[in-house]
Amino acid sequence: MGMTMTQKILAAHAGLAEVHAGDLIEANLDIVLGNDVTTPVAIGVFEKAGFTKVFDPEKIVIALDHYTPCKDIKSADLCKTAREFAKKNHITHIYDVGTVGIEHALLPEQGIVGPGDCVIGADSHTCTYGALGAFSTGVGSTDMAAGMASGQNWFKVPSAIKVELTGKSGPCVSGKDVILHLIGEIGVDGALYQSLEFTGDGVANLSIDDRFTIANMAIEAGGKNGIFPVDDIVRDYIKDRFQREPVIYEADPDAEYTRTVHIDLSALEPTVSLPHLPSNTKTVTEVEGMPIQQVVIGSCTNGRISDLRIADSILKGRKVADGVRCIIIPATQEIYLQALKEGLIEDFIHAGCAVSTPTCGPCLGGHMGVMSAGERAVTTTNRNFVGRMGDTRSEVILASPAVAAASALAGCVADPRKI
Amino acid sequence: MFKGKVWKYGNNVDTDVIIPARYLNSTKAEDLAAHCMEDIDRSFASSVQKGDIIVGGWNFGCGSSREHAPIAIQASGISCVIAASFARIFYRNSINIGFPILECPQAAEAIQSGDIISVDTTTGKILDETTGETFEAKPFPPFIENIIAKGGLLPYLKEKLG
Repeated sequence: MGMTMTQKILAAHAGLAEVHAGDLIEANLDIVLGNDVTTPVAIGVFEKAGFTKVFDPEKIVIALDHYTPCKDIKSADLCKTAREFAKKNHITHIYDVGTVGIEHALLPEQGIVGPGDCVIGADSHTCTYGALGAFSTGVGSTDMAAGMASGQNWFKVPSAIKVELTGKSGPCVSGKDVILHLIGEIGVDGALYQSLEFTGDGVANLSIDDRFTIANMAIEAGGKNGIFPVDDIVRDYIKDRFQREPVIYEADPDAEYTRTVHIDLSALEPTVSLPHLPSNTKTVTEVEGMPIQQVVIGSCTNGRISDLRIADSILKGRKVADGVRCIIIPATQEIYLQALKEGLIEDFIHAGCAVSTPTCGPCLGGHMGVMSAGERAVTTTNRNFVGRMGDTRSEVILASPAVAAASALAGCVADPRKI
Repeated sequence: MFKGKVWKYGNNVDTDVIIPARYLNSTKAEDLAAHCMEDIDRSFASSVQKGDIIVGGWNFGCGSSREHAPIAIQASGISCVIAASFARIFYRNSINIGFPILECPQAAEAIQSGDIISVDTTTGKILDETTGETFEAKPFPPFIENIIAKGGLLPYLKEKLG
């Protein structure tokens, strides 16, 4: 029996000719990642166990992106702990205020991760790099500590769901609509412990940023990872970025999948997830008109340059509705600079938006856009759990940048196709 | 072997309600425990007794990778968590910190809030002393049992690497 793409990457990193779903293996890691929330916990565990040295200072990445620029003294203490550990251990990839971007936009952009890699990150959205044909998965702080100490970790080899994409999406339908639709179809535990392997002729019609968005939210379906085949779009993206030699894996023709989900991209509508689960999906036309007080465009899911260009195409020359706070957060400094050069930032400010330095901030209700009781936001982020963006009585509606920007103008959930 | 009173919750208990992100600026277990479950049950942190047991539905611990979630539950005094299923990162994190969790859909369905139950985490046997019903949870594979026996992933690793 053949192997899935994920299984092939895991087998190669475990030094095995083949692996099967359910096998427990120990695999070598190409990159171990942490942020300002999870790294300090990992450092505590690492040091308590008596480890004094990281396995390879060039394969560890620390991105201080969640509460930065530090929102309070406690978060400043966390960053200081991470910074000092990085210095002591000569960790080269430490990204601090001024260079930091949101980790899952930053690592691909800086060429730190690429095709064929096996990556763990103490952040659940580490699954993003599957867009590049890497196996990458979110883990906790103890796993990060183990990875830092040994360069290895244990994995249960996942079975897989095949997601067959066909066709080409219509206007105002992007990667976000694809993944929200999929989560609505299979549920928040529909891919629990499994890989989501995306295939089909529709993949060629998805930009790299669309693929990052889709792989990013595999975790919202419970998935261990989401992964795309490596094609010319990926090769173009990693060219001049990725420093190592890419290793390209393909699923075997007889690889086993527990099920296949077909998505016809041409049939998708702009889609949103209503509170309080990402699987609570509706087409935008079903929920148009729900009043909102806030819009957030950014995050590891949708803070990339193409997301900002889409937002700009809707916001340029118009005004955010009275009573709506529209917060736009480019995910990295490179994206921020590009948006400046293209005039997007100026357009956003003229439209009445607040533009921030890269941070995860509002996505997790950390800072930079926390909501009060009874308030509702349309956001391009990834979770809409109770209290995710502030008070437990506030509400988050997940959407694409196009829907979010249209909603900012309308003051309510709005269909971007009507702007 | 644990015995305690049950705190029962529904499906998809996410890590944002187990420990809201606004408290993640601390790594201290006691700080986290003080706000554990706050966003779905304001009475939990102040009323939970040492040894009590959480029973959840499907996909317990979904969402963020924050290890602060099992740390908060453990530090609040909860002895173990039984659920119909666990989200995978929460599952890993619990094993890695040596915190016992058991997957048992039947127990998760039948056991009610306030029941007194006893749990043998080595055999997976669960007894609801209030109703007299018994259940059997799936045992851990030997590899994972070994990690738990060593007291978590890092002690396991330390021994392996010498």
